[in-house]
Parts: sequence; C-alpha cells; structure tokens
Amino acid sequence: MCGIVGLLVKTPALKQQLGQLMVPMLIGMTERGPDSAGLAVFADPLKGSARKLSLYSGLTEDGADFNWHGLTHGLKEHLSVESQIEVKHNHAVLTFEVSPDLVKKWLHEHHPLLHILSTGQTIDLYKDIGTPTEVANRYDFASLTGSHLVGHTRMATESAVTPDRAHPFTAGEDFCLVHNGSLSNPNSLRRMLEPRGIHFDTDNDTEAACRFLEWRLREGDDLETALQKGFEELDGFFTFLMGTPDKLALIRDPFACKPAVVAETDDYVAIASEFRSLAHLPDVKHATVFEPAPEEMYVWNA
Amino acid sequence: MDMKPVHIKRRSTEESASFDRRIIDYIQNAAAHGLYEIRGLGAKRHVPHFDDLLFLAGSMSRYPLEGYREKCVTKTILGTRFAKKPIELDIPITIAGMSFGALSANVKEALGRAATEMGTSTTTGDGGMTQEERGSSKTLVYQCLPSRYGFNPDDLRKADAIEVVIGQGAKPGGGGMLLGQKVNPRVAKMRTLPEGVDQRSACRHPDWTGPDDLAIKIQELREMTDWEKPIYVKVGATRTFNDVKLAVHSGADVVVVDGMQGGTAATQTCFIEHVGIPTLAAVRQAVDALEDLDMKGKVQLIVSGGIRTGADVAKALAMGADAVAIGQGVLFALGCNSETYIRDEQHYSALDAYDALGTAPGFCHHCHTGKCPVGVTTQDAELEQRLQPMVGARRVRNYLKTLNMELTTIARACGKQNVHHLEREDLVSLTVEAAAMSGIPLAGTNWVPGR
Amino acid sequence: MERVSFDLAKTPLREVNTYLHQQLVADDHRHVEVLNPDGAHNIAVGLDQPVTVEIHGHAGYYAGGMNKKATVVVHGSVGTGVAENMMSGKVHVKGFASNGAGATAHGGLLVIEGDAGLRCGISLKGGNIVVGGSVGSFSAFMAQAGRMVICGNAGDALGDSLYEAVIYIRGEPKSLGADARFEPMTDADYTAVGELLREAGLDHDPKTFKRIASARSLYHWNADANQEY
Repeated sequence: MCGIVGLLVKTPALKQQLGQLMVPMLIGMTERGPDSAGLAVFADPLKGSARKLSLYSGLTEDGADFNWHGLTHGLKEHLSVESQIEVKHNHAVLTFEVSPDLVKKWLHEHHPLLHILSTGQTIDLYKDIGTPTEVANRYDFASLTGSHLVGHTRMATESAVTPDRAHPFTAGEDFCLVHNGSLSNPNSLRRMLEPRGIHFDTDNDTEAACRFLEWRLREGDDLETALQKGFEELDGFFTFLMGTPDKLALIRDPFACKPAVVAETDDYVAIASEFRSLAHLPDVKHATVFEPAPEEMYVWNA
Repeated sequence: MDMKPVHIKRRSTEESASFDRRIIDYIQNAAAHGLYEIRGLGAKRHVPHFDDLLFLAGSMSRYPLEGYREKCVTKTILGTRFAKKPIELDIPITIAGMSFGALSANVKEALGRAATEMGTSTTTGDGGMTQEERGSSKTLVYQCLPSRYGFNPDDLRKADAIEVVIGQGAKPGGGGMLLGQKVNPRVAKMRTLPEGVDQRSACRHPDWTGPDDLAIKIQELREMTDWEKPIYVKVGATRTFNDVKLAVHSGADVVVVDGMQGGTAATQTCFIEHVGIPTLAAVRQAVDALEDLDMKGKVQLIVSGGIRTGADVAKALAMGADAVAIGQGVLFALGCNSETYIRDEQHYSALDAYDALGTAPGFCHHCHTGKCPVGVTTQDAELEQRLQPMVGARRVRNYLKTLNMELTTIARACGKQNVHHLEREDLVSLTVEAAAMSGIPLAGTNWVPGR
Repeated sequence: MERVSFDLAKTPLREVNTYLHQQLVADDHRHVEVLNPDGAHNIAVGLDQPVTVEIHGHAGYYAGGMNKKATVVVHGSVGTGVAENMMSGKVHVKGFASNGAGATAHGGLLVIEGDAGLRCGISLKGGNIVVGGSVGSFSAFMAQAGRMVICGNAGDALGDSLYEAVIYIRGEPKSLGADARFEPMTDADYTAVGELLREAGLDHDPKTFKRIASARSLYHWNADANQEY
C-alpha cells in the first residue's frame, strides 16, 4: 500500500527543474508510504549503442564505501569494457557501450550483492528504505533533470521492507512501474513467467505486474495491448503508473479503490495518489484537475 | 434344547471418509435448495487450540504465590498509544462485539450490566448502539463496520472507544447477514431497512480500502472525537502477521485479532469452516508482528475466537495478548444450547423450540433463524422474554468472575503478581501441530517444528 | 455574528476541527473560512452546529464527514468519502468528488457540481445527493433510503442491490445493477427532482429525468428464483 507520483514536463525549460518540482510531491505521500521511497527519471537518451545501469551498493558489505572505481577497472580488465561511473552515496550510474547483458552477467559473478536497479538508455532509478524526505535528501532528488519521472512511497503489505522491494520496479530496458494496491494472483503470474526465462529479484506482487507487462511489450505488444492483457491477467486492486523513454502511462483496476488524481497545465502533467501532493505545483490553481477513470488507459507523451 | 439357526445377513456399514454422512447431507441439502447453508456460531471442526498448551507452574526453580491471599493484579489498560483517554479495565476479559439485531435488546442490556459489574467493557455490533446498552455499560466500545447500519456521530461521541471492524474470524473477507425473521420494526428502523428483509452486509468499507486509506479514516475518527478515544482495529485471522503490522501502520491504538473459531450470527457455513486460521496460530503471528515493529506494549493486542475458560485467557495472555474478547462464551453463559430457560428463578423446558428448529440442545447453531429457544439470539417478542436482563446479567457476571478466578489461579501458580507478567516460556505444547503453530516447544523438549 | 478564517498553511487541522467542535458557539462565529486546504484530509468533520464553513481550494478525504446541521462549501474538488455518513445539513462541492461520495449518508443534502467517482451514494441511508455531472460505477450500491439525482450519466452496475433508495438520472447508466430497474416517473417524482435541483442550484428540466428503483426481488432468499447473489 503506497503513494504514487508522476510528473511529465511539456515545456523544455522545466526539464532542469524536474527534480525540484517532484520532491514536494514525493514528500506529500509520506503518510501513505513511510517506509521506503524511490523514483525513476527519464532524460535524453544516450547516443548509439551506449547503455547505462543504475546500481545500488547498500546491500554489499561496503555499502556507501563501495569501490566503484575498482568495478570500472575490473570491467576493463576482464571484459575490456570502457565504462564511466557517476556516484551518489550508495548509488551509481554505470555507462558503457556493449551489451548490457554482458556487463550484468559480469556483475552477478563478481559483485553478486550489488543490486541492479535499472537498465537502458534513458532511465535512472533510485530506491531505498527510509522516509521520502530521507531518501530524497540521500540522493539529492531535487537536482534531477529530465522530461518525466515516476515516483513511489511504500507502506509494505506482504513482502518485507528492503531496498530491493521498494518501487519502482523495472524489467527489460527503459521500463518501470509503480503500484498502489495489492494484487491477488502474483504468484501464478510468476509461475507462468519463470519458465519463459524471466528472472525475479523479489517476492513482491508489483514485480510480477512489472515483468508481465514488460514481457508483453518485448513480445511485440504495443503499450495499449500490453495493458489490455494486464487487465485480463492481473487480479486484485491496483493503480499503476508506468514510464517508458517517451511516455508516462496510468491505469486503474475496474474497482478503482486505490486513488489517483491528475493535474494538467500547458507546462506539465502531474499525477499523484492524493491532491495534497499536487497542491504546491506552480499555478496548480489554474490546472485542469481530474480523477482518472477505472479501466481507462491514460498515456502522456514526453 | 430348541436350537434354531440364525440366518446371517451381512449389512454393509463402512462409511466413506470422503463422503461421510455429514458430506452426503451437505450435498443433498445443496441439491434440494440450490443455495449455500447459512448458520450461526463458529467453526465446528477440530483445530489446534489453547487446549493443546499446558502451563509450567512454580515449584523449585520458580515460586508460586499463595492462591487466596497474595495479590495478583488483573488491571488492564488499552489504547495508550495516541488516545487522550485510554480504557481502564479491572479484568483483561472483555465482551466481543455482537449486534442488537443478532441479539435481543434484553441480552445487550444484560451484557452491559455484567461487564459494568466486572469492571470490563462491552461492544456494540452491526446495527448501532441501543440506549439499553449505553445505559447499562460503563465502558462501551462502538464498532464502525462496513455497512455502517445505525452508525452516527452522536453515538460515536458517546462511546468510550471505537473499533474499526475489517473482518471477523468466522468470516474474514466476507460480510454478515441478518435474515428477515430478525429484522423486526425496531431493528429495521435502526438499520434503515424495510421490515423483514434479508439484510446483507458489505465486506469492504464504503469509503476506504487498504491500510494507506485506513490511516486517513482513523485520522477522521480521531478528528471527530478530538483525539480522545482509543481506536481499535479488528481483523479476522488470515494473513495475521501482515495484517497486524498494517493495522499498526494505519495508526491503531489497539489491534483485535479474531481467530477462525470466532462466532457469527449468520454466515455461509463454507466461510465458517474453511476460511481463516486458528486463534492459536493467529496470536503468535500477531505478537511476532508487534515485536517486529517494537510495538509490543505500545499497541495493545486483544485476542478472540474460541476463548472459553480461564485457562484459555491465561494462555492467550502468556502468548502475548493484553486482553481477550469473548462472544460465544457469554452466549452459552446466557443459556445458549441449554435445555431450559429461566423465568422467576424456575427452569422451563425449551425442548419444543429446539425441536421446531430441527435441532437439539448441544447442537443448535440456529442463531440465523431468530427463533432462539432460550431467547438469546432473537427479535421475537415472545421468545426474547425467555432471557430477562437481570438473570442474564447475573449469569454472565458469574461466568466472567469464574474466568478471572481461574486466570489468577494459574498466574499465581506461575509466580506472577500480575496476570500480564505471564510469558510464553510459561507454556509448553502438547502436540506437534500446536508447537508448530504457536512456536511454543513441545512439552519436555526444546523443539519447535521448523526451527 | 462574525466571520473567522483559518489558514491551513499556518494552523494545524486539529486546531481548526477542535475549534469547530468546541469553541464555535461560545464565540458566536457562524461563518468560518478555511484557506489553503491543499488537499488536506478530514476538514470540518463531525460538525454539530448550524455554521457555514467555506473551504477555498481542493480538499482531501472525508471533507464534511458525518456532518450534522452545518453547511460546508468546497470551492474546489474533494477526495474520497465527502460527507460520508452525513446526518443533516448540506455539503456543496463546486468541483468534482472522488470515490464514495456521500457514502452511508443518513440525511442532509450533498451537492457535487462536477462528476462523482465510483460508489457515489453507496449504502445511502436517507440522505439526498445531487450530482451535476456523471457518477462512476457501482453508484448507489446497496442504497437503503434517500434519493440520488444524477444530471449526467452513470457507470456500470448503477443501483446494484438497491433497497428503498430512489435514483433519478438524466443521462444513461452504462448498466444497471442486480435488482435495479427503470420505473415510470410520477408527479411526485417530478416534484422531488425539481425541489432537489432547486436546492442544489442546478438548472435542468425535471421532465428529462428517469426513475430507477429496486425491483425488490432480492429482499428474500429464494432458491428457486435463480437470484443474482
């Protein structure tokens, strides 16, 4: 059970303020989700074959003192891969120009406790335990820039309070999902996906939804078709907010018990579980404020 | 001697384990009516229970207290986390929520009187608060249920504590029902229903779903009552470890966990017998959750569902409950399933009424029919006279008194000056199942299955 | 009689509600304004005085919850459960309302000028609800008494398991719930709709409304009727 927030800026100038606009949104959802927080931010894509991974060292022995340069050095030594690393506390973005699978395999072998948060050309992902304020300060969310982002504050329902079980969840490349609600058939989804070679990191119900939708997208469904299949296969209560390199998407289950509200102006579209997370956005008094309908797909383009 | 050979005719009498007489009756009943069975009371099947635990009393390593002389405190305080006015009780045994509608007004009054005499609390139910029970109860807990029948802010302010009911042990995940026979003019008016309709209750609250929204609902109830009254959250025992944690996250002062043996006035038999977990397993999970959050003693735990004896109370407390709530036990004290009812200190036979229901004392679970042979679970003007408030009050008071004496007897034997000092190490399990569920080692061993 | 105003950006909600519960009468303030609600929950809950509270902006959950006697006006939109379990008085929302608007209301009038979300008027127990726009699915679910006037359309399963509450709708429901049915409008119905619209300040011709009420076929168990239980 949780709070969700999403923000997409339409005015290019606002891209520089994306993080700054979002921090009060995230903090507004503290009561809905006091135990962990996270967000995925989408910025201009890397050029050519370049890929980046968001990595979390909090589960390793060295935590925030993790030897990141040792890691880039190791990559060069073992795989002859040139990489750049940008470090924030126990979080780093690793950029390189080879197949991400190759790098991930190497990471699993040499740094098994290093948690891979996301993979892609546009996405950076942060998540950790703590209150939204703590997590936002830890990673300086206010300084983030980009076109859109998806954020989450968590009140754990069934799976434990750990950084890897915080949201957003990702699957594949440049796809992420956050969830408010509780699914009632996550285990059967998981049992259906695992024999198809899809690996799960946690027992979290949201991860099942995330991997299901990403699997459909990878199988060739467009976002709308994938979400339609989601309605057919996912049972339970959900408001999902999803991010792709150029889209922000929202769906609610037919019962729509979990809240969502949207505020849209010429400059931005902002989504949150409750209005109190939108109240401080610029000129929100003149925004079009509405509640998304159940079973409707809302897709905003960056 | 005239000897006559006997002709031996074999009779096949091997009963099927899968399709025994009970199941055959069930199938034939389903075939005849096309509708699931509805009934009252709780699970009838055998499940591991407090009977499967035993106390280790004082002897050489521990010293017992003198049974009749040395003081053993039973005072119980509930709702210390946020409420300005916590509930103070003389004994850790409370009366569970049962509605006016399910029970007669006489019974509600009797429960209030008995609870007041014993210095404990009683609880309203679906259908709202009656004047009789408010008048007779010193400490009254007001339930906020999904259907909100009879729910109103005036009674909310009159209550001493508020209990948000999410589920019931007899039917977690389901709503109750009150069949038309019991929806008499007064009940109908209180619930805003047409007289005589079969009333269904909702299973989810109309204005919140899930712990994040419950947190806001609890805040509303606190704002309504200027943060004075303790707020309880009651859950039926299923995923108890998670549910108790989330009740705490939502801001509950007190969590009530109702195991599957808990009773109901009327629900589907398939619910009663097949949904939920035994109280024994639920208590352990609830206590684990509170300890995990370091909330033990800060958020109080009330356990219900099949609490019958003082030993049951002592065991629940030793496992970590702060108090228990009793529903069916007090109904039996009032005369439920008794052959007779009492009028002017004389016993009168109720057998005809049992017969009319197609049952007999000891087997009756016909609360749903409203034709209670002893006048407890009825709205019938004649039948309800079979239970007079003063008679009922005396019997329930005696029952609670007995439980409390048994509780302190056991606590003293374990060397406790306060019943709340009973701890789980004072217990052993009698069966492997009970050890596994309760986490209490099998008697004479240190063994808990799975550890 | 004076006006008093609270700025929720500066004053904690608890102080505002405590004032409304305890101090209002002594101070003889019959008109209270709440500024900068910014989506705060539980504003003006549990009122029990004939006071007018105006909320300038969007409110969160349970605005005007369990209201008695008071008039609460929201110059904005509201979250879940506006005027839930209202007993009397009036709650008027100028914008839209989220889920469970007017849930279990026993009395009073709830006006929502915009749309209402799902389960509007769920388990209604005697209150009146007028919605200027449309309502979401499962509205008036198990509604027991009272009236709902819907000027727009409704989602799925309108009036499912209705008891004695009556729904008037100007547009169309996507579907009717079990045991709900259209019934002919009588003169009394036209009068009722006209009065409620007038009280709500909405201008529609009562003649354009249709009546939905319970067929009462679920009032009693009946194994042979193949009920939609």
